[in-house]
Amino acid sequence: MYEVRFHGRGGQGAVTAANILAVAAFKEGKEVQAFPMFGVERRGAPVMAFTRIDEKPIDVKTLIYNPDFVVVLDPTLMEVVNVTEGLKDGSPVIINTKKNPEEFNLGNYKVYTVDATTIAVENGLGTPMSPIVNTAIIGSFARVSGIVKLESVIEAVRELSPVKKEENVKAAEMAYKAVKGL
Amino acid sequence: MEMKEIIRGNMATALAAKMARVEVVPAFPITPSTLFPEKISEYIANGELDAEMILVESEHSAMSAAVGASAAGARVATATASQGLALMHEILFIASSMRLPIVMAIGNRALSGPINIWADHSDTMAERDSGWMQFYAENNQEAFDLMLMAFRIAEDRRVLLPAMIGLDAFTLTHTMEPVDYPSQEEVDDFLPPYNPPYTLDVKRPMTFGSFATPDSYMEFKWAQTVAIENSYKVIDEVFEEYKKRFGREYKRVSGFMTEDADVVIVSMGSASGTLRDAVRRMRKEGMKVGAVKITTFRPFPFKEIKELTKNAKIIAVAERAISPGFGGPVAGEIATAFINEKERPLISDFIIGLGGRDITQKDFKYIAETALKEAESGEVSPWVKWVNINPEEVPPGGE
Amino acid sequence: MVKIYLGAVNPHPGSALEYKTGSWRTMKPVVNEDKCIGCWFCYMYCPDSAIRMEKVTVKKEVRGEVKEIVKEVARIDYDYCKGCGICAAECPVKAIEMVYEEK
Repeated sequence: MYEVRFHGRGGQGAVTAANILAVAAFKEGKEVQAFPMFGVERRGAPVMAFTRIDEKPIDVKTLIYNPDFVVVLDPTLMEVVNVTEGLKDGSPVIINTKKNPEEFNLGNYKVYTVDATTIAVENGLGTPMSPIVNTAIIGSFARVSGIVKLESVIEAVRELSPVKKEENVKAAEMAYKAVKGL
Repeated sequence: MEMKEIIRGNMATALAAKMARVEVVPAFPITPSTLFPEKISEYIANGELDAEMILVESEHSAMSAAVGASAAGARVATATASQGLALMHEILFIASSMRLPIVMAIGNRALSGPINIWADHSDTMAERDSGWMQFYAENNQEAFDLMLMAFRIAEDRRVLLPAMIGLDAFTLTHTMEPVDYPSQEEVDDFLPPYNPPYTLDVKRPMTFGSFATPDSYMEFKWAQTVAIENSYKVIDEVFEEYKKRFGREYKRVSGFMTEDADVVIVSMGSASGTLRDAVRRMRKEGMKVGAVKITTFRPFPFKEIKELTKNAKIIAVAERAISPGFGGPVAGEIATAFINEKERPLISDFIIGLGGRDITQKDFKYIAETALKEAESGEVSPWVKWVNINPEEVPPGGE
Repeated sequence: MVKIYLGAVNPHPGSALEYKTGSWRTMKPVVNEDKCIGCWFCYMYCPDSAIRMEKVTVKKEVRGEVKEIVKEVARIDYDYCKGCGICAAECPVKAIEMVYEEK
């Protein structure tokens, strides 16, 4: 079982990111489950979303306490929440930031960075003030994790984007290439 | 032809209602069931569903409109949760006594107060006596299948009673999972149009839900009870047919590793999968633990529960509701199932996961260990044990 | 007794007619048809719809000549009249009198 936790702010698309990942893995024949941190979502507030991926049908319905991978959609969250809480030792973290991985000190965890905000804005996804970075960062996730193929992510992005389908696909492709820390 | 899609629990019940070709959907939105009316209105707007959606001003009115529409002969579905279900309370009894096969999806959510939007079973447990059949889904696939089968069961002439499908708030209503579903042709073949025995019709006027004096009231209640007892057989028949047609097996109660288990843990709803996972882990550690999942709570599966737990030393009931001054309602009913048996396991009651508190494998391990100790000592005391709580959090009162 | 079906459905329209509520009465209204002007007030006020308006032919002297004329008068349906007395109270010409049932 592979468990992923997404950290974002309400409105950035963390929940959709978890769903895109689930749909992408499902297209590769995996069993999946995706859910938001159950509660009262408000725009701008820190939110979490989760995806489970497995070869066997997924029985468990608990929250995810010890993820295998953490995705951070907003760099400012690094100051507000402990994004590595419960993350398995030595596991990867992708952060959407202009900074380089070396600029973060997360101990034993492997840090990867991608400037998903710039990629999203370049593709007309959201505004510079509130960019929608979920589709981009999932591209980076595919690269780093190797759990899903970029082609499956692209298919899922196309399926789940209500508008600007090709722009979202483009963002995922660009972020796939732009990951730093590999 | 089977199709598979990743959808939320609310979308699964809405999809089942659409494929059942519901004709009237009176609904009032409430967290966590709001997506149900949203999806239904989307289906109607897209032309995928030919149904009348009645937007009412309260759940009391939603159920009242459902009663009227069902009496007029329409296939009716709706959805609600928690306070919404509580507001429907008096009309629920009218729907069942008028023998109207309304099907309702419930996003099982804690009742206020304190106000809370997360999962537990206090809302549907409070409607145990309403005369509705009650099914509890473990995952979104079950939510879809049970919702679809509920129409067949409810509309069967031997039954003619309403049914509610419980799906845990957020854990199912908002979680995306793959759901298999048959084609529309296959559903149409499985579920013919509703053929009511009487309908509201201006050309042939009748009185519905008429007054009953002490001379006849009891006979109506008796007839209603016979009908829900008939539903045991009808549910089994429909489950069997569903398995033949669509390959998915349902039981009113299912056991997991119960044959040689010293302690059998009973659960309902979404925690049942986590429980099976916990049982597998405990088995690896050498603990003789089994699991029982109740899918059909009304009619209550007396016989099957006894059968599945007959070898156990103790039954531990993990329940997401509390009747203050009594204990957990499910444990009370299981105890009733054994009351006239000479040989019977001990029964122990555990309150767990109220108001959406996460239920983990660790909690089930605590339950199993506690119950095994009780079995060894032969004494279940206290009857009600609260799992994973911090008593210092809230002062219970007193000085 | 009317047979009632599953779910308390009563498929016999108008079966309330079988319950003759006239037996609940202690006083009954008696209409003085000579006085009655056929105004329909009692018909309107009767809470049990137990009053019918009927056409009757009466002989009346008009300018020294006896003529047959048709007029409307109130008739009580004693099968359903509960004897509430509203018709007597409302009659503008006091043509309805309440009298004890018991002789």
